[in-house]
Amino acid sequence: MTLERNDIAIRTENLTRHFGTVVAVQSLNLIVPYGLIFGLLGSNGAGKSTTIKMLTTMLPPTGGDAFVAGFSILTDAVQIRRRMGYVSQMLSADGALTGVENLMLFARIYGIPRNERRLRVEAALQFMGLTEVGSHMVSSYSGGMIRRLEIAQSMLHRPKVLFLDEPTVGLDPVARHQVWQKLKEMRVSFGTTILLTTHDMEEADELCDRIAILQSGKVAVAGTPQELKELAGTDSMDGVFIHFSGGSSDNAANYQDIRQTRRTARRMG
Amino acid sequence: MQRTTRISDRQGAQPGEWGDSHGLIEFVRDTAAIVGIELLKLRRDPGEILMRSVQPALWLLVFGQIFGRLHVVPTGNLDYFTFLAPGILAQGVLFISIFYGISAIWERDLGILQKLLASPAPRTALVLGKALSAGLRALAQAVIIYLLTLLMHVPLNWSPPALFVVAVSVVLGAALFSTFSLMIACIVKTRERFMGIGQVMTMPLFFASNAIYPISIMPDWLKTIAHLNPLTYQVDILRAMMVIGGTSTFGTGQDLLILSIILAGLVLVTSRLYPSIIR
Repeated sequence: MTLERNDIAIRTENLTRHFGTVVAVQSLNLIVPYGLIFGLLGSNGAGKSTTIKMLTTMLPPTGGDAFVAGFSILTDAVQIRRRMGYVSQMLSADGALTGVENLMLFARIYGIPRNERRLRVEAALQFMGLTEVGSHMVSSYSGGMIRRLEIAQSMLHRPKVLFLDEPTVGLDPVARHQVWQKLKEMRVSFGTTILLTTHDMEEADELCDRIAILQSGKVAVAGTPQELKELAGTDSMDGVFIHFSGGSSDNAANYQDIRQTRRTARRMG
Repeated sequence: MQRTTRISDRQGAQPGEWGDSHGLIEFVRDTAAIVGIELLKLRRDPGEILMRSVQPALWLLVFGQIFGRLHVVPTGNLDYFTFLAPGILAQGVLFISIFYGISAIWERDLGILQKLLASPAPRTALVLGKALSAGLRALAQAVIIYLLTLLMHVPLNWSPPALFVVAVSVVLGAALFSTFSLMIACIVKTRERFMGIGQVMTMPLFFASNAIYPISIMPDWLKTIAHLNPLTYQVDILRAMMVIGGTSTFGTGQDLLILSIILAGLVLVTSRLYPSIIR
């Protein structure tokens, strides 16, 4: 147990979630060591979102357990929330507030002391290249700027583990590369462990140290991008995905998830 | 709890070092943070409050004027218009609060709620923060209704203690109905269903209360409902405190106690239901 707390950022033990008779996640066993960028891939309905919801303590599992930063999602949800950051798939920064106000709200909620708040917020804006627009209303930001602001927001309290749900969906290539760059810098600067879901195979290849491909709520395969390419006998991540994800995405695509992705893409575009 | 990290935090302390403050302090701080944001938005866009005042203004100006002439409602020592004014203030508060839950559905769709729920903020603070924000909006509306009634020569009670009790009951009532609204939003989860239910709820709450006529003239079955209706107790306070010559039927202390207990119960239930809205 002590060892886990020391070295393992995320560990799931037979993590399972049923929705009625539908099995979204089935006996999932994942281990993510500290300091990695870990990609969770899979077709729509493979269980990525459900897994993230459980790991971020927003959805209780129907079986098994998971440990984030050494704390159980079943018994220590609040301890996990203090140590994690979360960026949802949607553009969730509040458009009716300025960038600084968005950050200050979360600086308060995460209990950063008053005298430190402004410094942290300014540092976060600078880190994300948003200093000049900090006092502008977020409704005037581009999709890429909003995403960077949200990542800044999720990093104010220096989380051990950061969860990102499709961080660059709908972004143009320039904005996408900027976000990747910032995520890599963050890992170097703060040692943040990052777990992200994505449908973007270039993103998975470029950003992730390790990847797990889910199929019907189970890990179909896991490894480094290079290992997976060798296993699948292909030199592209697209080939890897098609080889291991079961090939079809028609089976369990969740209508609500797709609607959400489209909505986000629309707002970003 | 201390553990080694491979790459040390280069800035500031370990997470948890300053997050582990006393629960009550955290609760108050987070509630205040939510209310503060709402206050900012309200200051930037006060137009909404003005729009929301149109309906109570119509009730006062049209309904009040006409029914006042009929002299059919027994209102004791008050003329009908003076009797009606506190009822319309309560109605304004109810109408502004009962649709408040839709903001949670909206914030869910935007992902704002997910982010708040993923934070260590206690869920009771998230719910109470929302409730008190609705209270602030209701207070702004109360000011407008006071101005309207002043223009119409309603004898208003300007003593500071009375004004204070009015303010408290307005915030309490708005918090109560907005929490009720949040609870409904958590159960129905979609805007369409919520709007339907919101429409169905407001009028019965309004008519099954003492807002526009006294309970004494109600049939027995309606009297029973009126006694279970929180709006009745809010109107009872307002009628005693807002206008000169008004009296309370149940006692303002008891009214405030009843409203507080219902609010506390609703906040506890709703904060348990709150995460389910994002599923």
